[in-house]
Parts: sequence; C-alpha cells; structure tokens
Amino acid sequence: MTPGLALFYGGMTRSKSVLNMMMMSFGAIGLVSLLWVFYGYSIAFGDTVGGITGDLSAAGLRGMLESGTEGGIPDLLFAGFQLMFAVITVALISGAIADRAKFGPWLLFAGLWATLVYFPVAHWVWGGGWIYELGVLDFAGGTAVHINAGAAALALALVLGKRIGWPKDKFKPHNLPMVLLGAGLLWFGWFGFNAGSAGAADGAAAVSLINTQVATAAAVLGWIVVEWLRDGKPTTLGAASGAVAGLVGITPACAFLEPLGAIALGLIAGAVCALAVGLKYKLKYDDSLDVVAVHMVGGIIGSLLIGFLAVEVLAGEGNAGLLYGGGIKLLGLQALGVVAVLAYSFVVAYIIGFAIEKTIGFRVSPEAEVEGIDTAEHAESAYEFSSTSGGGGGGAFAAAGIAPSAKPKSEPTEAVSEKVAG
Amino acid sequence: MKLVTAVIKPHQLDAVKEALHTLGVAGLTVSEVQGYGRQKGHTEVYRGAEYTVEFLPKIRVEVLTDEIDVDKIVDAVVGAARTGKIGDGKVWVTGVEEVVRVRTGERGLDAL
Repeated sequence: MTPGLALFYGGMTRSKSVLNMMMMSFGAIGLVSLLWVFYGYSIAFGDTVGGITGDLSAAGLRGMLESGTEGGIPDLLFAGFQLMFAVITVALISGAIADRAKFGPWLLFAGLWATLVYFPVAHWVWGGGWIYELGVLDFAGGTAVHINAGAAALALALVLGKRIGWPKDKFKPHNLPMVLLGAGLLWFGWFGFNAGSAGAADGAAAVSLINTQVATAAAVLGWIVVEWLRDGKPTTLGAASGAVAGLVGITPACAFLEPLGAIALGLIAGAVCALAVGLKYKLKYDDSLDVVAVHMVGGIIGSLLIGFLAVEVLAGEGNAGLLYGGGIKLLGLQALGVVAVLAYSFVVAYIIGFAIEKTIGFRVSPEAEVEGIDTAEHAESAYEFSSTSGGGGGGAFAAAGIAPSAKPKSEPTEAVSEKVAG
Repeated sequence: MKLVTAVIKPHQLDAVKEALHTLGVAGLTVSEVQGYGRQKGHTEVYRGAEYTVEFLPKIRVEVLTDEIDVDKIVDAVVGAARTGKIGDGKVWVTGVEEVVRVRTGERGLDAL
C-alpha cells in the first residue's frame, strides 16, 4: 500500500517536487521496517508494562519462530502484517509537508515519531494497552493509524509553516492519472489491511471486505456530489480523495457494521472530508495534500460512528451503537480513544518537529523550494521532455549531437586549439 | 511575398488544413502556442481550490504565399476556423522580404 501512497501523493505535487514526495514514502518503508524488527514490534505487541508500552522481550523478533501461532496465524506472520501498518502510518504524515521538507530531517522525524508515538499507540489500541483494556473499538486503525498520522501531520504543517506563495497559489496537481493509480492501489491493498485484520478467513473478514468496498464506493459519491453542488463539476481528484476518505472512515469500523451502515458511514465520510479540505484556507495552515482533512477527520468520523452504527452481533456483547439500541457508553469510549490519540500524537509530533527545526533545520531554503526540491535534495528531476537538454526527449538536437546543457565536465579545449593552431 | 499567420482553436486545425489544401497551398507550418484574447482564461478546481489558467492552448498556422493569393488564403482560414464563439482567434498578414528554399537555394517566388 505504501508504494501506492507514494503515487497518490506524488501525483498531487508539482512536477518539480514529485520525487521528494515519493521518497518520503520509500524512506519510511526503509527505515520503519527495520525499526519494527529491532524494537517496534516488541514495544507494540510485547508484554505490557502498565498498559503504556510493551516490553522488549521480542526485540529483534528473536525467538518468534519457536513462539508458535495464535489462532492459526504464526506470530511472525502477524508481525509482518503489522509492520505494514507502522510503515504506512509514518508515510501518511509526509503529505502535509510536501514541497518543503529536507529528506534527512524527515527520516529523523520518521524514526523518532515511530518510536515515541506509533509503537506505543499501537500498544495502547491493539497490543493490550490501556485504550484496548477500556474497550475502545478500532478494528484496523482509525485511531492507531489515521487519527494518529493526521494529528502528527497537522503538527508538522504548523512547525514547517506555509509554502512560499500559499495560499495565493494553489499548487495544482501535476499528474492526476498518477493520483488515481495510487488511489487504486491503496483501495486494493486496503482489503488486506481491513479484512486481514480479522486474522482469519472468517465471518469478520468477510464483513470487513464487503464493508470496505461499499463504504469506499459511497464515499466516492459523497465527495463528488459535494463538489458538484459547490464547484459545479465532479473531479477526478475528488473521486480519488473520496475513495481514500471512505477507506479511512471504514477502517476502524469495518468488522462492526452491517453493509447498510457502512454505506451510511462512507457517504458521511466522503461528504464531510470534502468540506473539511476548506478548513486549511480558513484556519491558515498549509497541510499540502490534506492529510488532516482526509485522515484525521476521516478517522474521527469512522471511530465515532462506531458508537452509532455498531451492531452487537458483530461488535460483541454490550457494543451496540446508539442507533441499534445501545447506550451512550460505546460512543463515549470511542470519543475518549479519539481525543487521547489525537492529543498525544499532536503534542509529541510538534515537539519532535520543533526540535529538529531548531537544531539541524527541517525546511529547505527558499531558493531550493522555488527552484524545485527534487534537484536540491536528490539531484534528480522526474521528467525530461526537452529535446535540447540531453534528456529522454531525443529529437533533432540530440541526433545532431547538440546538447547545450549537458556538456561534458572537461571540455576538450586543448585539442580544439591545437587544431586551430595547426 | 506575404506571411499569413493565424492563431486558431486547436480543434479547427483539420478544417483549416483542409481548406488550404483545397486552395492548392503547398505547405504550411503549425505550432502549439498559448495565449488569450478577450475571452481570457478558464478556471480549474482542485479539492475546492480555484486555479486560474490564464493562457489557453491555441494553434498557430503560418503560410508563405505570393501577394495575389493572400486574400483567398485569409478568407479560407477565417471561413474554416470560425465557430462563432469567443476565442476563435486572429489572422494577420505581414510582408516578407525574401524566401530561400534550403534544398536548392532557389529564391523569391520560385522558393514558395
């Protein structure tokens, strides 16, 4: 899914920033995968220390081959599956800081945030920590993944500040088919994300699969209807964004709702997230690719709607939502989970980001930002169409051996002057 | 000799090319250009954020001709490029001092 996220985000940036955007996802894949093995899995799913964190008994994933299986799933397989959640959660944050974050400091942030926020929060929500013990429901990551990442994204957007020219310039996406391709890969991968969280090919997996599909479908429609009414046209970016908003919204709830409930959730998530993207212009924070509006808001909607739409036969005894005759207790617990994760992630992300900005610097120079972060940070550019700059365009100039901006470093001036002299 | 230059809507190019071909025009040059006239640009919307595109895609057609055929060519281009809607474009005629055919070195009317 994370390479899909790289395409989704990459297409939304300008052509001079696309590589840096995609590199932030691939950097997260590289770094967080290793941290997960070193100690992340153990902090998230090791034996609990007071409900706050796991211990280091499974550091290095040592002894996991012998540790057998739980419910038919080898522990090591579970560790691998959960690794993907850790990776994508960190990568999701990067969408808020498109066009302006240095790559090294981003990796430092990714490692620190995963260590101090994601691993412990995964323990709280799924690993037997305090939120889990309270009975807060999060099937596949509404709080642990999306609110968690969205709150951190908001913190980083505030730490790094607005892009040069924002909000006057709107930073038009450079490749919408790439956005749709990324959204499609995310959608496909999300079936594994949600249905896989059942840990078995059982009824919970089946209902999660169906709900993931129909909620996402409804959210596509919800988002584009809002656009149709507000802006006059349904857009492809809106359809792709609606799909992701629906996927986010259904994630915590997918195993607890009937399909009709999932459709209602999807419609609400799509419509509300479409409206939420306007918040950044009102409140003046530059969340470049709307991580807050799609993931934080979408995650909150999904987590809270469990309190309204959960059905007891799926969500467990005493876990009926308000609309199915349950009490206010489940909704209250869901709200508590939302607030706890949101506040913790925001505060710690802000502190880490601020510390990086004040020490090694988090933001690229204005010159690099205007000329393009891809060449400044990675010495590469994504596209080379010109036939006059020695690129892939080829063409008449290249055929003639004329490549003005791609001259060899040491020009054979001596040989030429000899010829002239001779 | 004259140079007839026309800036037209992209989807009228085939009609203009056909009209010139019917007149017996031997060659023309076409380029993709951007610009705006009285219609100004258009607005695109991404996640609710409006993005104004000032310069619209247009096609520039250039034809070298002798003075006798100028009016016929201008009329043909105008007739073929007209849709009646705003943004149909412009046609203008400029004087040309000399024309040389690269392959043979012929000059003037012989080079047309």
